[in-house]
Amino acid sequence: MSFVPHTKTDIKAMLQAIGVEDLQALFAEIPDNLKITNELQVPAALNELEVSQLMSERAKLDAGYQSYLGAGAYEHHIPAAVWELVSRGEFYTAYTPYQAEASQGGLQLIYEYQTMMASLTGLEVSNASLYDGANALAEAILMAVRANKKSKSNKVLVLGSLHPFYKTTAQTVTSLQNIELVEVPIDFESGRVELAKLAQYTNEAAALVIQQPNFFGCLETVDELTDWAHQQGLLVIAVVNPTSLALLKEPGRWGQLGADIACGEGQPLGVPLSSGGPYFGFLTCKKVLIREMPGRIVGRTVDQEGKQGFTLTLQAREQHIRRAKAKSNVCTNQGLLVVAATIYMSLLGPEGLKRVALASHHQTKQLVEGLLKLPGVKQAFQAPFFHEVVMKFEKPVAEILSYCQTEGILAGVNLNVLKPECGNALLICVTETKTMADIEHYIQVMKHALSDHSQRSKIVENGLGAKV
Amino acid sequence: MLIFEKSQPGRQAKAIYLKAQSAATDIPANLLRTTKPKLPETSELQVVRHYTNLSKKNFSIDGNFYPLGSCTMKYNPRAAHRLAMLEGFLHHHPLSPESASQGFLSCLYELQQMLAEVTGMKATSLTPMAGAQGEFAGMAMIRAYHQARGDAARTEVLIPDAAHGTNPASAVMCGYEVKEIPTKADGDIDLEALKIALGPQTAGIMLTNPSTLGVFERSIKEMARLVHEAGGLLYYDGANLNAILGKVRPGDMGFDVLHFNLHKTFATPHGGGGPGAGPVAVGKRLVPFLPTPFVAYENGRYYWSEQSTNLQSVGRFGAFMGNAGVLLRAYIYMRMIGKEGMAEVANMATLNANYLQAKLAKAGFKLAYPERQATHEFIITLSDQAKAFGVTAKDYAKRLLDYGIHAPTIYFPLLVPECLLIEPTETESKEELDRFVEVMCQIKQEAQTNPELVKTAPHTMPVRRLDDVKAAKDLDVVFLG
Repeated sequence: MSFVPHTKTDIKAMLQAIGVEDLQALFAEIPDNLKITNELQVPAALNELEVSQLMSERAKLDAGYQSYLGAGAYEHHIPAAVWELVSRGEFYTAYTPYQAEASQGGLQLIYEYQTMMASLTGLEVSNASLYDGANALAEAILMAVRANKKSKSNKVLVLGSLHPFYKTTAQTVTSLQNIELVEVPIDFESGRVELAKLAQYTNEAAALVIQQPNFFGCLETVDELTDWAHQQGLLVIAVVNPTSLALLKEPGRWGQLGADIACGEGQPLGVPLSSGGPYFGFLTCKKVLIREMPGRIVGRTVDQEGKQGFTLTLQAREQHIRRAKAKSNVCTNQGLLVVAATIYMSLLGPEGLKRVALASHHQTKQLVEGLLKLPGVKQAFQAPFFHEVVMKFEKPVAEILSYCQTEGILAGVNLNVLKPECGNALLICVTETKTMADIEHYIQVMKHALSDHSQRSKIVENGLGAKV
Repeated sequence: MLIFEKSQPGRQAKAIYLKAQSAATDIPANLLRTTKPKLPETSELQVVRHYTNLSKKNFSIDGNFYPLGSCTMKYNPRAAHRLAMLEGFLHHHPLSPESASQGFLSCLYELQQMLAEVTGMKATSLTPMAGAQGEFAGMAMIRAYHQARGDAARTEVLIPDAAHGTNPASAVMCGYEVKEIPTKADGDIDLEALKIALGPQTAGIMLTNPSTLGVFERSIKEMARLVHEAGGLLYYDGANLNAILGKVRPGDMGFDVLHFNLHKTFATPHGGGGPGAGPVAVGKRLVPFLPTPFVAYENGRYYWSEQSTNLQSVGRFGAFMGNAGVLLRAYIYMRMIGKEGMAEVANMATLNANYLQAKLAKAGFKLAYPERQATHEFIITLSDQAKAFGVTAKDYAKRLLDYGIHAPTIYFPLLVPECLLIEPTETESKEELDRFVEVMCQIKQEAQTNPELVKTAPHTMPVRRLDDVKAAKDLDVVFLG
């Protein structure tokens, strides 16, 4: 059921105005031997009711679990006002604000967003967002290599505690420009990279990538790492969780000079998990680097009458002006998600966001304390954590996860798959969304999963809708 | 007024606040924040009112006709939005086990199949998050293909001079040199120039068909033969797919790889500049190189096929699996229009464009390619008026805003002076198109009798023309007050 408004009378009148016999005549310039003759193998149209029934069935298959998964995507409470406002057609169906006079709402919002992100990360300037956290890191690496004029190196040091998908994404994007990512191994006692390990990497590199909290939820010694990097002439790229920044030291104040670039995943700021996207990546930096920054940037200026207004600025960096000489091929930003994040941050304010960070941290501690009382469970690392933690088990984690799932709990991310060097371990995340009762329930279920009576673990087979 | 100027120390949206928390004493003090981030301190109503009022300063498809060429600003169905936000999808974590993801995965698998079918390709990967990322993924696949054959000499990508700016930028990001191919006066690519440019250094060619000039490239089959004979591959930029949906398939034209703009052809929202989605589809030769992960189906189960089982893949393009919510919206849209609706989209989009082209030509506007049929879009050039009255394409664009119509794309493609690239889309009614023609005639009249009125437009927007030079010179991108 398409969304075209044309009546038969309209079509007739329009063909007449064009001066052709029928619709097919409008495609006369397309060679006949190219035109589709067979019917497309696509299902027949569904009306709105039918498609609603179909999608409700599908959505139900994936619903009803309590999730302790994190690893870069975090469940937080999103105030009702956020998506009520995001869903307004004026935000939802607007185009990129190239016609500034007709886009002042979206542009001012992005300016406010840039202000909030710059302040949250403790840096001077921000762009209007990128695809996601991993892509923001890829762009930050390209930016750092361009910007570090003193270093001629095409190598970038990344800590082994970086999210593995961030590393592979950055590799996809940067390897074609001959940039080499060199991994510094973590210390398996502490769960972070120890400064002493860095000593052997004193040879040339353009930048150092530090994730805080790191992939394992542990806190790196960011001041020491930053100072070391600056002493070696490296730029510092911080990959940070925005919720944590209400509690943890902002990258702009790391070490003596502060990180040079900060980036990360904006999803925790009012964006639902929604199976992995759309999210948005944020990117902020010191002002001296702004001309190397990729993506859209909004600036405040005045109109002909001296009235305040907002517009896209420094567009000479971008592909639609510079074409092959652009800083990046990036065209889009994640505008709609920036709307969500800006409203989320406005509603929470500095104190509200800090409470979310603290509550998540406290609930994680509660879960860890409870788990450590169970036999065959150990905390993998000693470093302090934020709201995620690696727990080691004697029993195979695949069996544990499978049992917990039958009890409606997604108990953690299996590191056997994502970071095999961690051994038989789960990465577990707790946010403010979990009550003490939830946490106690998790521990009870886990206790049973670890006992010998949990052999009935069996995943319920889901019935599926018709295949195309 | 900025939200920060409405902020008062100590004001809180209390109803959404968690109870006060004790300090994190287990975290060393040198890792803690000691400054207060500059976030607004406001009430819930202040926030809701502020952003409601900001939204009213935006043009949008819901509120305005948006004939923005090459952007396909069609209606974004509300059903797709609501259904993609169902709890089972919204609360679903990207790393959930596959057994807790079968609903979502089945939608994506079917979307992959449908996208491949409507374009005549073999396989699809949904992970690229925007058109430009799709281009990058596509060019990376072409590069990987040549490398896998041990052919390292192919360092050059051919791109027509009319192409989108992302095309050359993406090719360069993939490590290629770009060579421009000229377009002839009739809008088709210069085949003779192409023949001269082709050689053992040619990795491939990036094309949009219909081209950005709003015309169908008639010699596409011949071009495909020439490029393939020279050992290159053909990349299809899906920006203009709306014009040919259900009518012609890029795979049948000879293309080896393409990207979709789901936010154009498949009606997902533009969201004020994103999120988009730029899935890629490939012919047989490039299947081993598809970005990972993609959805596979075996023994009644849907699952993610990862890099570990696709060793030649060009890799991962994001932290998770693409802009999932956008993919769901496109899936819902495709199921709603169904096989009957695909060709209807192209038919009515083409009818609307040709109707508007005919009416504007009759009203005295000069067509850039008067001998050609419009596709889903077409170009008029205002260079005569610019010479006679000093009224430019930009002035027309700004004056249209006063009439509540979003400006068409201006000054693109770069080949046509003082151009407007006009794409009405299939979801606009005849009455809306007629009104656009009336408004254009009115502005033409104004340009003759009162050019200052047009040159100083807009007059009814929240702001007048902005000082872009000042914006770049006295850079103010963060509020410091």
